[in-house]
Amino acid sequence: MKFLPLVWAGLKRRKLRTTLTLLSVFIAFMLYAFLGALREALSGGVSMTGLDRLIVRHKVSLIQTLPESYKARIEAVGGVAAVCHQTWFGGIYQDPKNFFPNMPVVPGDFLAMFPEFVLSDAEKQAWLGTRTGAVVGRVTAERFNWHIGDRIPIQSPIWGQPAGQSQWEFVITGIYEGTKKATDTSQMFFRYDYFEEARQQMKGQVGWYTVRIADPDQAAQVAAQIDDQFANSPYETKTEPEGAFAAGFAQQIGDIGSIVMAVVGAVFFTILLVAGNTMAQSVRERTEELGVLKALGFSNNLVLIIVLLESSFIAILGGCGGLGIAWLIIASGNPIPALLPVFFLPANSIVSGVLCAVVLGLVAGALPAWQAMRLKISAALRRGG
Amino acid sequence: MNASSQPLVHISNVTKTFKRGSEDLHVLAGLDLAVQEAEFLALMGPSGSGKSTLLNLIGGLDRPTSGIIRIGEDRVDQLADRQQAVWRARHIGFVFQFYNLLPALSAGRNVELPLLLTGLDKADRRRHVAAALAAVGLPDCWPQFPRTLSGGEQQRVGIARAIVTDPTVLLCDEPTGDLDRKAGDEILTLLQTLNKDHGKTIIMVTHDPHASARASRTVYLDKGRLSDQPSA
Repeated sequence: MKFLPLVWAGLKRRKLRTTLTLLSVFIAFMLYAFLGALREALSGGVSMTGLDRLIVRHKVSLIQTLPESYKARIEAVGGVAAVCHQTWFGGIYQDPKNFFPNMPVVPGDFLAMFPEFVLSDAEKQAWLGTRTGAVVGRVTAERFNWHIGDRIPIQSPIWGQPAGQSQWEFVITGIYEGTKKATDTSQMFFRYDYFEEARQQMKGQVGWYTVRIADPDQAAQVAAQIDDQFANSPYETKTEPEGAFAAGFAQQIGDIGSIVMAVVGAVFFTILLVAGNTMAQSVRERTEELGVLKALGFSNNLVLIIVLLESSFIAILGGCGGLGIAWLIIASGNPIPALLPVFFLPANSIVSGVLCAVVLGLVAGALPAWQAMRLKISAALRRGG
Repeated sequence: MNASSQPLVHISNVTKTFKRGSEDLHVLAGLDLAVQEAEFLALMGPSGSGKSTLLNLIGGLDRPTSGIIRIGEDRVDQLADRQQAVWRARHIGFVFQFYNLLPALSAGRNVELPLLLTGLDKADRRRHVAAALAAVGLPDCWPQFPRTLSGGEQQRVGIARAIVTDPTVLLCDEPTGDLDRKAGDEILTLLQTLNKDHGKTIIMVTHDPHASARASRTVYLDKGRLSDQPSA
């Protein structure tokens, strides 16, 4: 602690340079935090998937449908505890830019399968009692200012008009919350029986099945049994863990993780050079001062530590500042709920960000600190004189 | 540190050779010197004669190529790097020609620097710093930064930094070399006071006969050898 004024003095020596370097680190870590939140938003479904859930879809592609009759046959497979199905509806509210995911489901099966979607008992009962009822997530409800009881007109380019009506219309019977931050609350679910009755094509077909298995360790065997059951049929299936399914879905946009890592890597490498250059310049300018400290009895190791503390201070203050401000901005709200179903800075991104800041400080200061440590006193004082 | 009648600083047959390319440069050639405790020694000689090199060797900033350097009971030439640093902190006070204060630290913080290496707590450090600044006649300049002080005042702060740990030997490298006559005289008077009133052993490198006249003894260094008389 008693050496901190010395560290502080080193940083104050060139205030403008220290400030600019701090700002560079600050901006880099803000960017890191925003990219972390973006990555979570675009691939968040992966982290929220259940280990005990499998997805059964058409072997050819996700847009190929499966018969509804498969449900009973899947339920009969050993190790299967529950089954529910969903179908991509692709509904649009007023304008195509108002995209949000919406799907018909069987309410009882669905709520049992996905306990992460939380509805009050009254909302559940209202949904079960309203044929055109729909439950919508908090994000989408707030985005469109929907309230319970509202009648929502939806158009579906995929399914066309419902029988006997000009457009699909749903009554909001519940607004669900997520059990975790990463729970996607941008979706709307409505009743399959209404959908099945009203659609004018592909009756008896569903998009995919979600299967809960009794023992997650048996996932591979159960998946194989399901696929074997439908092998050589007109609707062959591909069964995979929900996590793999969600990851594949996210990768339709691109390999988010790799893109983010590439950008963050390039930024951090640049910042490493900037901070390293600052410290190298600082040490070079202070050759004489470091020589004086050594002449006064400061050991080589102590000089090394002082220089490393300086670079670490810049990296940690700038890094934590950037992470902190980004966290505040991110916590203040989702800027584009239409595109990002969840938007938050995961705790592991904050922890790894702080660790990155520490490592950045140590690596950026390593070479200048080593040079300062190796400095010969007589040469340093001669250079100064 | 030196309880016997032996000299406090004992230098025997010291050589120092620098490499300049493929050429060997013999700066000190078998040099002997003894400095008694509480002596004020002036070391004179032309530029390049090896005065500062000798001072660096005595202060443990450099090592001799051969020979013995003993300060009190300690063989300075045999200390390892880390031991040298600890030894310097305890036994040597340096006064530099260009003061060498850290510009980003206040005068008080500059004087406090050597005390950071001791086990003193903050209150004790402050008391020592106040005493050292008072001893050099600048009791109120604690919060001032070097840039706000005159050359003479900066050198006084430099001397306060050198004496704050009560070192065994004060090594002064041209302490008046960057000062005008009046300020230089004040510094020399201060060094004399430290020597006479406080019993400080001082070794001062200087070009200036006016400065060396204040010392109790003057030795001359030329071509790597010492003598009691200047060379012709």
